[in-house]
Amino acid sequence: MGEFKVHRVRFFDYMPSAIRAMAFNSRTERLAVARADGALEIFNFADHYFQEKVIPGQDGRAVEALCWVGQRLFSAGLNGEITEYDLENMRPRYTVEAYGGPIWTISSNSQGTLLAVGCEDGTVKMFELLDERIRFQRNLERQKGRIISLSWHPSGTLIAAGMMDMIRIFDAETGHATHRLLVERGAGASKSKEVVVWSIAFLSDHTIVSGDSAGKVQIWDGLTGTLVKTHLVTKWDVLALAVSQDESSLVAGTSEGTVVQFQFIASTVDQQDKEWVRTRTFKNHSHDVRALAHTETAVVSGGMDTQLVVRPLLDKVEKNTQESALRKIAFPHRSLVCCAKKAGLLLFQFPDHLELWRVGESDGLGKPGDSLPVKRNPEKLIQLKRKGEDHICCSALSPCGGWLAYSTVSAVRLYRIQYNNISITKVSKLPKDLRSAHQLCFSSDSSKLFASSSHSSVVIVSLNQLECKHLHTLKPRSGSRQPVHLLFASEDGKWLAAANADCEIHVYNLHKLKLHCTVPVHSSCPTAIAIHPVTSNLVVVHADQQIFEYSLMQKEYTEWSRKLQKQGLHSLWLERDTPVTHISYSPKNPAHIFLHDMFMFCIIDQSLPLPEAKTMLYNQMTLRSLPEPERIRHSHAFKICKNFQHLLCVSLLEDHSLVVVERPLLDIMSQLPAPVRQKKFAT
Amino acid sequence: MAALYEGYTLCGLVPAQTLPNSGIQGVETERDSDHVIVTDSTRSVTLYKVSDQKPLSSWTVKQGQTLTCSAVYSSQSKEFVAVSDSKVIRIWKEEDILLDKAFKATVSADVWRVHCVPEGEPVVLFQRGAVRLLDSLLSAPQQPIEEVLAQEEAIRWSTNILAESKQFVIFTTEQKGDHFLYLQRLNPNTLQRYRLEREEPGLSPLSFSASYRDNHIRLLYLYPNGHVYQSVVSMRGLGADEGAQALPLPRNLLLGLPVGEGLLEAASALVLDEAHVAVVGVPHPSAGAGKDFLCIWNTNFQTLQAGKEMAGKIYGQLWGYSNKLFIPHGKTLSVIPYECPKSSLAAALGKLKQAKTEGELTQIWSTATPSRTVETRKTVCWITDNFIIRKHFQFLIQMAPVEEVQKEVEGLLSRADIQDLQASLGQLASTLVSRSLADPAFYTPSTLAQLVHTQSLCHSVCPDLVLLALEKKDYFLCQLCLQFFPDIPEAVTCACLKLHRNEVLRTPYSDTFLLPHLKDLSSQQVVLFLQYLQFLYLKYSQDASTQMHGLRSPSLTQIMDWVCLLLDAHFTVLVMTPEAKGLLLNLHCFVKSQVRLVSELGKIEGSLQELNKMKVKKDVGQYSIEVIELF
Repeated sequence: MGEFKVHRVRFFDYMPSAIRAMAFNSRTERLAVARADGALEIFNFADHYFQEKVIPGQDGRAVEALCWVGQRLFSAGLNGEITEYDLENMRPRYTVEAYGGPIWTISSNSQGTLLAVGCEDGTVKMFELLDERIRFQRNLERQKGRIISLSWHPSGTLIAAGMMDMIRIFDAETGHATHRLLVERGAGASKSKEVVVWSIAFLSDHTIVSGDSAGKVQIWDGLTGTLVKTHLVTKWDVLALAVSQDESSLVAGTSEGTVVQFQFIASTVDQQDKEWVRTRTFKNHSHDVRALAHTETAVVSGGMDTQLVVRPLLDKVEKNTQESALRKIAFPHRSLVCCAKKAGLLLFQFPDHLELWRVGESDGLGKPGDSLPVKRNPEKLIQLKRKGEDHICCSALSPCGGWLAYSTVSAVRLYRIQYNNISITKVSKLPKDLRSAHQLCFSSDSSKLFASSSHSSVVIVSLNQLECKHLHTLKPRSGSRQPVHLLFASEDGKWLAAANADCEIHVYNLHKLKLHCTVPVHSSCPTAIAIHPVTSNLVVVHADQQIFEYSLMQKEYTEWSRKLQKQGLHSLWLERDTPVTHISYSPKNPAHIFLHDMFMFCIIDQSLPLPEAKTMLYNQMTLRSLPEPERIRHSHAFKICKNFQHLLCVSLLEDHSLVVVERPLLDIMSQLPAPVRQKKFAT
Repeated sequence: MAALYEGYTLCGLVPAQTLPNSGIQGVETERDSDHVIVTDSTRSVTLYKVSDQKPLSSWTVKQGQTLTCSAVYSSQSKEFVAVSDSKVIRIWKEEDILLDKAFKATVSADVWRVHCVPEGEPVVLFQRGAVRLLDSLLSAPQQPIEEVLAQEEAIRWSTNILAESKQFVIFTTEQKGDHFLYLQRLNPNTLQRYRLEREEPGLSPLSFSASYRDNHIRLLYLYPNGHVYQSVVSMRGLGADEGAQALPLPRNLLLGLPVGEGLLEAASALVLDEAHVAVVGVPHPSAGAGKDFLCIWNTNFQTLQAGKEMAGKIYGQLWGYSNKLFIPHGKTLSVIPYECPKSSLAAALGKLKQAKTEGELTQIWSTATPSRTVETRKTVCWITDNFIIRKHFQFLIQMAPVEEVQKEVEGLLSRADIQDLQASLGQLASTLVSRSLADPAFYTPSTLAQLVHTQSLCHSVCPDLVLLALEKKDYFLCQLCLQFFPDIPEAVTCACLKLHRNEVLRTPYSDTFLLPHLKDLSSQQVVLFLQYLQFLYLKYSQDASTQMHGLRSPSLTQIMDWVCLLLDAHFTVLVMTPEAKGLLLNLHCFVKSQVRLVSELGKIEGSLQELNKMKVKKDVGQYSIEVIELF
């Protein structure tokens, strides 16, 4: 296979934002996750937990709670606003001011007709759900002290509110408070501190479950307003609760990073009466667990440590399957790095700025395993702060490095960069059609900019020194309303491939400016696409880790792709739990395909036999130990390298050297604030 | 190492000058280890509190009557039992003042002894071998007593042992020069008879001692020729075939004690524990022909552990109860406390750690003493061979001039079977030493050095050698001794210490014994020594490589041990000495910093272990250009 010079880059200080809230839609199996910077992410649990949509945040938007109503998604935050999102165009649809001060919680009734929000001023405000909007209906009886948490009784007639030192039960019809449940404060010094009921759940049998800042999970009888049982689960706060749909299990997330499960079971074998019994404790977080979701088979948790953890419940899934494996989602499932191959430049995308770096140089030669002396250090050329309060959603750098573009939900900005005496000029007049983009991409000769727009359309803008002109808007025939999240322009400038969240991939002929073909739709979402510079074959990798190669000439899957499908991918390949986010080709060897996920990068050599089920997939170590002539017999098409980890980008430069952008999770951990409780030795 | 401590007198003796006995029939324990009953050979029984060295009570039988066996104390009934005039059993309590008013019963046969083990019932052994429990005997005192022994067979010695909660009466008999061992078990009664192997014609055992350990009764007996044998009788299968037929009793030679000229007359060997035997009436191997010594020998390594000269005549009597030996000698009954620490090889040989010498050392004595199954004939050969050499050299050394002695010894040392002659070499060395000591003109350093070089000698064989070398200021010989002798007593080490510095530090020692001798050093010497140790320590701790080169230099731990020992011994003195103040402060600071360092080290130990477990990952920093190869 050969040697590679690798630029090992660790200067991308990517820092994910803490998870603040989540809501699971069990009908569509979508999980909505809100982060501290106001960004919203949609994960498709039916498709390998793929992060199919990201709505960038906005300065000042602090989402405190999320709520699905059917397919509609609402959020509320400390800015006092309720926001509904447009999941097709990936932007807030509208925002309604609740006029009750900061909003702590939002909850809809099971009928999907009313939305209740809990406000700082002590009111619970009811909003009517209309087709296009929401409308304020009325306030429930105003209380002293803020409303921290809300939960509707499934019948829709009662609503429980968690407050400071107490829980109130309201009659949703009359708006009057019917019960007042006093929550005991913590012992000792915290006796003088008000206890905050962070989370509450109202079950159909009128049981109320509360989690509070004194570390208690309490079970109440909602009919009589009496305390049934107290479980002290932590010394710190119980921040989140989530109940399974059948109300047989509930989980509580704590500041210690633990998730405690309770189950509604008979505590002794021969006993008929069921009660809530503490059963399991999971510790997958180092910091506060702020948000929880209880799916049918798993507990989903997230918090300060920024990772989304899917913890399957082993009594609900088959053991030792992929489904039973713990999954941690640490990185976004899309690329935040753009590499200008010809210029050796890297563009890093942050929510509020962009960084343009030039990789270093070395003229030395070395043996495999060596570190070469760095002759020229990498250099940060430009740090570009975004304009406006909307966060950056996508960015691109032209292969020559001369053009830079980024987009927010409100605007696209294009810049011209000169390197002889580094300067950056904003292109002032952009075509009107280029208002906002979900994905940006430059043609290989840097003469065109492609921007994915609403309803899967792609806007083509021609670039030259003098002006930027709208050339054409490509539209798929399918009429899909989903956004395009992947774009790839072929090396020869003839083809443009665009993949959308409906799993469709459309290939356009740029010479004729019309749709060339649509790749047969696979059930799983594409995570990376690329067109071969020589053969014009399109390679697609999906969220389910399947790899397809489609010949654009023949408009059919290639021989190699068929062989791969027939034989099937190696089980270890399929068991990987992070998606491939980038594909590139080697100009030297057309048979080589470079791709990477978070934990490895792989060179697929199409000229070699595919690995069979029984062969070792990760065989680099074995091959290394074998003498040269024997290697041939043992080698297969998948050359997997795990030397570099927590990868954000692997790309091949024109001089055949690799750029590897690493962001070790430990580095991210080290930048987090100190957790409330650190594990000490021998404790 | 076992040790004999300073003894004290329990009571005076009134021995008949013409008789060979001490006038004491027996010493038996009373309620606890601090109380003993002493029965004299005529009329009185006295109860002593040992630690107070004073009698608590005394009882006497009427004039004309004699006590024929030593009184025993039954802890069950809190009564004393004795026999007068062989047939009258007397029982009394401590508060009884007059013995004549106490209980007595006359039995139908002559009593040999009454025995009683603590927590056991008194047992009466009749002269003809019958055994009765005291209670059953007293229920019908005139009951007929059977004869167990044959005609002309007489009891020589008896004891009583509690083994596996069964009482045993053990006694030995003699019949026409043959010796027999009887094991009488009580409840149920069984009797087993063994025949002891014959020693050289005409030799009868001088003393017996029995002990019970690990399901076996061990009988130890000493012959006048100095041989100590052990016979082991298993408790298993005992009484399975009861019969008059005497089984042969196998024996091992445990020790071959030096007897000097002639045979032993009044001597006794007593088992102290599994590895130690106390012997009285046998000459000290290095002290000439005098037999009035009390010695403790280690039977595992055949080394002399401690010795003490007893003033006055030795009667060959010896009793031992709870770390005290009771020995009548001259005109006193002395109590000598002793200590036998757990016997390991290291303990037996001092604080010895080098495995190499260990092997050699066991060899020294195991070759000197024929192994346990060696046939008698071979032993005889060996003895004669040694004997000839000994005679020859003794004569030679006592008379001949230095040159001739040197020549002869060289000739002897070049002999091939030198290993077999180790005992004689010891003898030879000690004779040389004693002549050197006696005759200031006579000194053969090279010969002695050669002898030491054979590694056949140890300190217990010729204890004066080191002192001689010191006296002659022969440091070379001294060093050799320190190097090769495993068992130099701490007192001698201290003597060397006054003269020498590194070799001493490397000699094995046991701090308990060294400590009192260290106290003999003057404060100036101590300060100097401490300064030197500190210098050594600093030198070695700064440069570890010096230690690697000089293999003969003491290790850091040895230095530290010595510093601790010195401070232990002289701390109060040093505190008062002004010139030691700086040194002490230095050491104090040093220890303080060490303690702090160690505690800090302890803290990071865990983290370091974790680090160790982690894969070594080199820090790649923010950016690097690397070369990888894919296959």
